Amino acid sequence: MSELSVNHLLGIKYITEDDINLIFETADHFKEVINRPIKKVPSLRDITIANLFFENSTRTRLSFELAEKRLSADVINFSAASSSVKKGETLIDTVNNILSMKVDMVVMRHPNPGAGIFLSKNIKASIVNAGDGAHEHPTQALLDCYSIREKLGDVAGKKVVIVGDILHSRVALSNIFALQKLGATVKVCGPKTLIPKFIEQLGVEVDTNLRKALEWCDVANMLRVQNERMDISYFPTTREYTQQFGVNKKLLDSLNKEIVVMHPGPINRGVEITSDVADSKQAIILNQVQNGVAVRMAVLYLLASKIQ
Amino acid sequence: MSQKVLLNATEINIALHRLACQLIENHDTFSDTVLIGIQPRGVFLAERLKTLLEDEYKIKNIQLGYLDITFYRDDFRRSGKPLEANKTNINFVVENKKVVFIDDVLYTGRSIRSALTAMQSFGRPLEIELLTLIDRRFSRHLPIQPDYRGRQVDAINNEKVKVCWKENEGEDVVYLVSN
Repeated sequence: MSELSVNHLLGIKYITEDDINLIFETADHFKEVINRPIKKVPSLRDITIANLFFENSTRTRLSFELAEKRLSADVINFSAASSSVKKGETLIDTVNNILSMKVDMVVMRHPNPGAGIFLSKNIKASIVNAGDGAHEHPTQALLDCYSIREKLGDVAGKKVVIVGDILHSRVALSNIFALQKLGATVKVCGPKTLIPKFIEQLGVEVDTNLRKALEWCDVANMLRVQNERMDISYFPTTREYTQQFGVNKKLLDSLNKEIVVMHPGPINRGVEITSDVADSKQAIILNQVQNGVAVRMAVLYLLASKIQ
Repeated sequence: MSQKVLLNATEINIALHRLACQLIENHDTFSDTVLIGIQPRGVFLAERLKTLLEDEYKIKNIQLGYLDITFYRDDFRRSGKPLEANKTNINFVVENKKVVFIDDVLYTGRSIRSALTAMQSFGRPLEIELLTLIDRRFSRHLPIQPDYRGRQVDAINNEKVKVCWKENEGEDVVYLVSN
């Protein structure tokens, strides 16, 4: 198989294991490209990509922009804060105005779940979901799994615990789908108030004891506490959260094995993980960032090859 | 579909020895020369030549790399089938080196044009030469010609030249396939 089964990347839920493996194999080649003296290939020189960010982002936006430029695509950037959205323009009108400038692909981050799906049904362009509310963040899950594959050789058979604010996390949902499709076992761990009801129906186990979860796993993916999405108080204090669900060096060293620590970023140092963990050999946080560019290059390249 | 043999195993072996000798004439000890096999089919020929130069002609430390040109091709989204990448492996410096591109068949010249573009990502070679086993004359789309050729072939556009290698297909043979 050498092409994706989909024309858009809206979520991990909508792609197959073969799609994920094809993205990984293509990313391997791009990883070699971005380590060359000249880190650019001309593949997408006739493609124009619009990055539409209706929500704040640093890492994802930079990573996508770098991936696009490494592929020689023409790039236009749009952020809602400084746009006509503030004047009351609808999403479809905004995007159609951009598309009338002959844009081939749209990379979109939006606060509303399903925004990408809605757009894919209404406009003629290839859509890449760069995060839609608390729904999915497919490229983050792909780069997380790619980083696990790089570090441990394979994702299949690995035990992964996702720790923290599962309720508000699009990273958690995409990771659960991706890890399960690749044959990993997934557990979630966090305060009961931040674990969605019925999450067991996705085939994941729930654990509220961090030490037990860490003793079980090969990989711990520490999620950021998303204060900006919290409408009520989900735990008494940040200090209490850190004591219950934060990972520090002492806790890691007390385990009877060496686990891999991941974090999608941005890190609240001293909350989800302490600085000595974030900067330790067990953490692959910066590898995740580097792999993000290669994985996004692969996604854009494979989707662009399907544009007629 | 019919196919006729253009070169059999013996003829391929003779051509390989001749090509190796021609390379030695121009590159002597290969101290400033690197061989680059063009992925996917050029690497078999490149490996063969390297083995021949080292075993038969006692030339030491020949540097061989593989270059994948997928991301540099000019038919992305234009050809019917998706383009699948292969591995690039150039773990030496090409800056100020003499580079010899090695590919099995030279047809339109577009692959070699892509390879020339791809090479720029690795530095500025002193010069680049081209070696091909089969040169399909009269089929060129670009002004690109080989410096070393095993055999020149006059084939029409709906014919295909198929190079088989013992390592991959179980026999050394070159076919001219007609539809």
